[in-house]
Amino acid sequence: MKLRFNRSQLCIPYALFLILFVIAPLIVIIYYAFTNGQGQFTFENFINFFSSTNTIGTLIYSLFLAAVTTVVCLIIAYPTAYILARSGFKKQHVLLMLFILPMWINFTLRITALKEVLALIEGNIARYTFLNSVIGMVYDFLPFMILPLYTCFLKLDKNLMEAASDLGANRFMVFLRVTLPLSVPGIISGITMVLLPSMTNYVVLDMLYNSTYIMGSLIGSYFSAYDWNNGSMISLVLLVIIFIITLVTNRFTDKEENSGRAVL
Amino acid sequence: MDANENIIELIDVRKEFEDDTIAVDNFNLQVKKGEFVTFLGPSGCGKTTTLRMIAGFELPSSGQILLNGQDISKLPPNKRPVNTVFQKYALFPHLNVYENIAFGLRLKRTESTYVDKKGRTRIKKQKLDKSEIDRKVKKALEIVDLEGFEKRSVTTLSGGQQQRIAIARAIVNQPEILLLDEPLGALDLKMRKEMQIELKKMHRRLGITFIYVTHDQEEALTMSDKVVVINDGEIQQIGTPTEIYNEPVNTFVADFIGESNIFNGAVVGKLKVKFCGATFDCLDDFEINQLVDVVVRPEDIKICEPSKGQLKGKVISTVFKGVHYEITVSVGKFEIVIQSTSSAEVGTTIGMKIAPDGIHLMRKVYTVNKYDGVITKNNTVEFGDGEFDCDVTSLYKGSHLDEDGYLITANGEKLDLTGTEVTVEVDTHDIFMSDDKTAGGVTGNIISMIYKGDHYRYIVRTEENEEDYVLSCPDLWNTGDYVSLIIPREKIKLTLKATEENN
Repeated sequence: MKLRFNRSQLCIPYALFLILFVIAPLIVIIYYAFTNGQGQFTFENFINFFSSTNTIGTLIYSLFLAAVTTVVCLIIAYPTAYILARSGFKKQHVLLMLFILPMWINFTLRITALKEVLALIEGNIARYTFLNSVIGMVYDFLPFMILPLYTCFLKLDKNLMEAASDLGANRFMVFLRVTLPLSVPGIISGITMVLLPSMTNYVVLDMLYNSTYIMGSLIGSYFSAYDWNNGSMISLVLLVIIFIITLVTNRFTDKEENSGRAVL
Repeated sequence: MDANENIIELIDVRKEFEDDTIAVDNFNLQVKKGEFVTFLGPSGCGKTTTLRMIAGFELPSSGQILLNGQDISKLPPNKRPVNTVFQKYALFPHLNVYENIAFGLRLKRTESTYVDKKGRTRIKKQKLDKSEIDRKVKKALEIVDLEGFEKRSVTTLSGGQQQRIAIARAIVNQPEILLLDEPLGALDLKMRKEMQIELKKMHRRLGITFIYVTHDQEEALTMSDKVVVINDGEIQQIGTPTEIYNEPVNTFVADFIGESNIFNGAVVGKLKVKFCGATFDCLDDFEINQLVDVVVRPEDIKICEPSKGQLKGKVISTVFKGVHYEITVSVGKFEIVIQSTSSAEVGTTIGMKIAPDGIHLMRKVYTVNKYDGVITKNNTVEFGDGEFDCDVTSLYKGSHLDEDGYLITANGEKLDLTGTEVTVEVDTHDIFMSDDKTAGGVTGNIISMIYKGDHYRYIVRTEENEEDYVLSCPDLWNTGDYVSLIIPREKIKLTLKATEENN
């Protein structure tokens, strides 16, 4: 017998996956976030989160660390991606590989190696915990910033730059008026790829002796103390923050593309 | 002064790319203010490269580009009073129609002199004010007939509309020269015809010099004041459309512009030429016995009674083309194409007459292939990227080879010919093409073919050093075919290089 599927049947595995690993956990998180240890409905966890200077401090610290990481990544990645994509250099794929290659090596191994290097330079690495955390994060997330920018620059029509200079723009104005605005989608996806995970990636901090909590470690500490309810609430708050950031950036890209598409 | 009349002048311009390919060579051109000049040629002939050098996107390897007598060949594009309409429009997708057109105006700074408090004369650079930009954009949109499109996003426009915006964006800056790089290439036929007429109108109205690049000969002939026919990076002919069509200077131009019959002919008397087995009167004065290419336009051949014609032949096919019939006639081993308003029955015999002004004679460019060669230690000869078997004894009269491959001259002298430099000559009909890549002494691609009535003339170019072989062959091959070339041993004519003999 011939196997025949229609389109909707092909969706079943994906739908199952979605329900099992996305929807169900989300419901569980929401359930735990708004109940107490006895399973009764409560806003207590919510109040706990926003009344505690501890959690608010952690949130601000995470946001700050993530923002600095993102900005540093952008500063390094933007010119790198531009040069990689724009130079007619025949070895550009090899160069790109050099930036992507670290992703193939186990992450703990990489950070351990980085720790040794930093120790060699700084001596006592415990003195520069914030700086080291940023270095670690940047090291870890840089490829995620370079790749979207690189693809964005690759797609950029060289004729547009020529047209701009033909119309009287010098190199700087060509960059400002054409290259930069057209690379905004790349910048946005780069930021989303770096900003969000760097708010929660506490393993880097742990390994670099930064004992300050960020959102990830905070959730981890609650869960390892079997406080599912407060842990879930923090996860939920983080989820909402991420959702808002995505919404804002999406709206921004849409405006940039100047298309009338409705925002999701 | 004469130079003042020319708005732009290219002197000995040459462009060699990094991979050593020569895109443009020996390019000399003068364009007068207000002219509509078209660069016409097949793709890859260097016409776009030349345009890009005028725009400033490419710098010439040598030579000068003068604009109003000033050398601008080293200036960046933004410093040249020249604007370009790109083949694929190159509109800025992040800007709307208004902002696209205003792009150049917003960057523009007008200079005004004023006297400051201390009495010194100063130059002030000023942006154009908003109302000025508004007015200019509006006017440009009017010229391209797209009023009211200011707020539209360029991505929602059709190809034709995008093209108009691209033109508006260029002309709004009032350039001295407008460069158009195959601007209608992406449009459909009907749209293209419409835009041709509009561009011509615009040219008349604006009075700007237009330099237009196209591979479409019809487009070139209808629109231009002056056509520059380019092939292989070199100018073939410059002239008005009528001159180019009626008096092509070589077979390339004749073949590329319009339909033509091209024959091998010989001048047999004062203003008399023989081809297709008949003698014709002509207007081009050539030396007697000179071999020439004869070009006859299909519409210059008149059909008449078989007994009254200069040529007689059998009709092989008749195709109705709307305004005229295209009739193919076989005359002996030759095939002649005629365009006529009257039809002719297939299979009938007709006569043909050609008036003297319909016959165009051209000096033959290729009659023999000539190369510098070197004799190898196997007594073969290396030339033109290949190695061929040859008769080295032909270099010295009465000589022969001994068993070890040494040449024994008539006087009994023993010579080692290895490394001897020779001149090699091979006739065009002594080279044969083969599909078998190993059959011949060299391989290459067919880069050009022209039908000459009873045979084709091919040019085969080798890959390594781009050596050209010209050959005649009655069989049909295709441009781009990869072939190997066979030259019979006895057909390779060797002569010692003069310098070698003196030593």
